Amino acid sequence: MSYDYIEFGESEKEFTSKIEEISGQNIFSCYQCGKCSAGCAFSNLMEKTINHTMQLVQLGKKEKVLQSNTHWVCASCLTCTVRCPREIDVAAVMEAIREYTLRYEPETIERLDLPEELLKKIPNIALVGSFRKKSEL
Amino acid sequence: MRIGVYVCECGKNISATVDVEKVVDYAKSLPYVASSRVYKYMCADPGQELIKKDIEELKLDKVIVAACSPRMHEPTFRAAIEDKGLNPYTLEIVNIREQVSWVHDDKKKGTKKAKSLVKSSVMRSALMEPLDRKKVGVTHKALVIGAGIAGIQAALDIAGSGYQVTLVEKTSSIGGKMAQLDKTFPTLDCSACILSPKMVDVGRNPNITLIANAEVEQVDGYVGNFEVKIKKKPRYVIEDKCTMCDDCVAVCPVIAHDEYNQNLSPRKAIYIAFPQAIPASYIIDPDDCLGIDPLICSKCKDVCGPEAIDFDMKPEIIEDEFGAIVVATGYDTYPIENLGEYGQGNIPDVITGLDFERLISPGGPSTGALRRPSDGKLVKNVVFIHCAGSRDPAKHLPYCSKICCMYSTKQALMFKHEVRDGTAVNFYIDIRTGGKDYEEFYQRAAEEAKVVYIRGKVSELIQDGDEILVKGVNTLTAETVELHADLVVLATGIIPSQGTKDIASVLRLSLGINGFIKEAHPKLKPVETSITGVFVAGCATGPKDIPETVSQAGRAAVRACNIIAQDEIEVEATIAHVDEMLCRGCGVCVETCPYSAITLIDTKRFGNTYKVASVNEALCKGCGSCAAACLNGAINQFGFEDKQILAMIQALGEE
Ligand SMILES: Cc1cc2nc3c(=O)[nH]c(=O)nc-3n(C[C@H](O)[C@H](O)[C@H](O)COP(=O)(O)OP(=O)(O)OC[C@H]3O[C@@H](n4cnc5c(N)ncnc54)[C@H](O)[C@@H]3O)c2cc1C
Ligand code: SF4
Ligand code: SF4
Ligand code: SF4
Ligand code: SF4
Repeated sequence: MSYDYIEFGESEKEFTSKIEEISGQNIFSCYQCGKCSAGCAFSNLMEKTINHTMQLVQLGKKEKVLQSNTHWVCASCLTCTVRCPREIDVAAVMEAIREYTLRYEPETIERLDLPEELLKKIPNIALVGSFRKKSEL
Repeated sequence: MRIGVYVCECGKNISATVDVEKVVDYAKSLPYVASSRVYKYMCADPGQELIKKDIEELKLDKVIVAACSPRMHEPTFRAAIEDKGLNPYTLEIVNIREQVSWVHDDKKKGTKKAKSLVKSSVMRSALMEPLDRKKVGVTHKALVIGAGIAGIQAALDIAGSGYQVTLVEKTSSIGGKMAQLDKTFPTLDCSACILSPKMVDVGRNPNITLIANAEVEQVDGYVGNFEVKIKKKPRYVIEDKCTMCDDCVAVCPVIAHDEYNQNLSPRKAIYIAFPQAIPASYIIDPDDCLGIDPLICSKCKDVCGPEAIDFDMKPEIIEDEFGAIVVATGYDTYPIENLGEYGQGNIPDVITGLDFERLISPGGPSTGALRRPSDGKLVKNVVFIHCAGSRDPAKHLPYCSKICCMYSTKQALMFKHEVRDGTAVNFYIDIRTGGKDYEEFYQRAAEEAKVVYIRGKVSELIQDGDEILVKGVNTLTAETVELHADLVVLATGIIPSQGTKDIASVLRLSLGINGFIKEAHPKLKPVETSITGVFVAGCATGPKDIPETVSQAGRAAVRACNIIAQDEIEVEATIAHVDEMLCRGCGVCVETCPYSAITLIDTKRFGNTYKVASVNEALCKGCGSCAAACLNGAINQFGFEDKQILAMIQALGEE
């Protein structure tokens, strides 16, 4: 049986506190009621539920959080934020995870690397969006 | 003879399954019955008025109510008929709710059964005779056994009502477990700061006689008149003379375990449990002392300025009488030795919640800076394991110990206040914060102090170098997890103390399946016990926090005062009586009686002495066990005479 190792070392603390800093939220307020996940219209598309993600952020599990598509699937509709009984702005936490990725784990898209065929098909808005999210520019 | 039969609909509770009109018609056809009526709620005022009016106008001399269990409303209807001059013991109740409508679906059969029961009761009623309520005198003094916060509060409240109270404590000081706690949830006020003033009050209150280092050995008698034997063990230090100068401790050569500090630090053979202890006097532990014999050591005696040490003290038996007793003998925690997966107490840095209270206390073994037991290293990472032994019907305790979610949270918070950069992880199954301001306290621990909560059990603790490897599961992320900790604190469950079990057997109190003292009713008689005049408060009946313990102690005190405030009290009228001519002195009844109400006495008959059974009227609870057990039919019970019971059976057989 493999055990996931829990530790609160520098890198774990750094991740948790960075997410807290960017979102302005106290991650530890989350008591895992699951209301955010229950109400999110996109939960079924997320690899990890929102509350699961919240718990992983509490534990400083950076890789697990970033590997999951949860924060990218999030549409920023704010349902979770409105509903969270602990008044956590959960959507802001999702945004913070996206920002964290952009700031610290840039995955860039080089316009020149994209095949001409694809460029013709992609709607402009998608291209602009992906530059904003995934480019060094 | 004129009997009135009153049938209750109990809303739809009865009338849905019993055709009450038919029962009334049937009752009218029975012998002796002068009137029969139905009403929606017989127990309500209009229902009672109906009965009272009939008694007056129809000159009834007996009343039968067909309604719910006599446990519910027998007193109500007895009072109602007494009001109109009938003897309360001529009331007969037919239980057509619990024994008919609630257990049957078929209305036809239900109605038939209700009719037969009414008939049998009419036959019994015809044979019922008025009974007298006996009265016994009362000793205006109470005894409180156990002086934790429950016993302290009960004694103060009884004394505050102006009555004399004797408080007996097994150990050398009052205070109980609360004296060992550092801070208390949910306010984090220091335990000693809120407890010591009450302890001092006990010491000073002229109405309270405190007997510490003592145990109750024997209790005879009955409500209003308990005869009690208390054994006071020798302290070897004269309480009044000891000035608490501490000179003796410096010279005593013996090092022993300090129980107050959970054996985590040493004390001497002469010691005081803790600085605020009451009685404010040192004590010699005869098991540790080199021999209570001046020839062997006597170093302490030599240095004691006020000559307080007396090696010749002997155990003392104190005999006294009390009108009521409050049992407040508290709890112990589930033995760590039973928890195989958590090291059975063999891993020095796996400790219990009470150990933690002492370790983090400024007055504790590590004088406040939280150092772990094994090597005295300052602690940085703590894991708290909830439900250690609790909520595990298969192997340990089936019940929830109720206070450990809160105390583990409190301890995690206290730890984080002290070690700001430390981590505290709580493994829990559910978080139970059912108390005023408790949920807020828990949320505060997580939010302000960043205490981490992981939902799941820990499966194993392994000593790994100088750390402890904790293996478990996080059921929310569905992963097995492991982590290292400097210290692991087990929230061991709450179990009845040995002293609670001991006193239960001295007093012959009933225990529940988990070994705690059983209440007379779990909701409405939470401090009453199976014995009239004996009350119980605090953790002796089950896990409780301090607020609940204190409120319970207050109620127990009031109930005790209800008795000792009276000059005489009425005892049960439906008690057993012996026909000495039929009794052959076999003693079966003596063994059968659960309340020890029967003894064999000598009686003279035709110049010879015979043994016959004799019932103590104040002790007998009227359970009827003896009457059923007696082979000669020599014991009968007032109100349940054989001829009445036989008439009932015969009536039922005729149907
Ligand atoms: C680790 C831990 C932390 C806790 N923290 C908190 C908290 O923060 N807040 C809170 O509200 N509650 C807390 N509690 C609960 C609290 O300890 C209890 O509610 C309280 O102590 C119950 O008091 P008691 O008088 O019923 O029992 P006890 O404190 O056990 O007192 C019983 C007394 O009776 C004596 N005795 C026993 N048998 C006999 C006998 N046969 N004859 C004479 N004397 C006898 C004992 O020596 C003892 O003095 C905590 C409990 C634990 C285990
Ligand atoms: S709703 Fe709020 S408290 Fe509940 S799980 Fe989601 S983030 Fe946590
Ligand atoms: S803001 Fe994102 S995570 Fe929250 S409910 Fe909307 S989509 Fe779901
Ligand atoms: S109070 Fe909490 S820790 Fe204690 S047994 Fe109940 S659920 Fe477990
Ligand atoms: S009726 Fe019950 S309590 Fe009374 S003497 Fe008989 S057995 Fe004991």
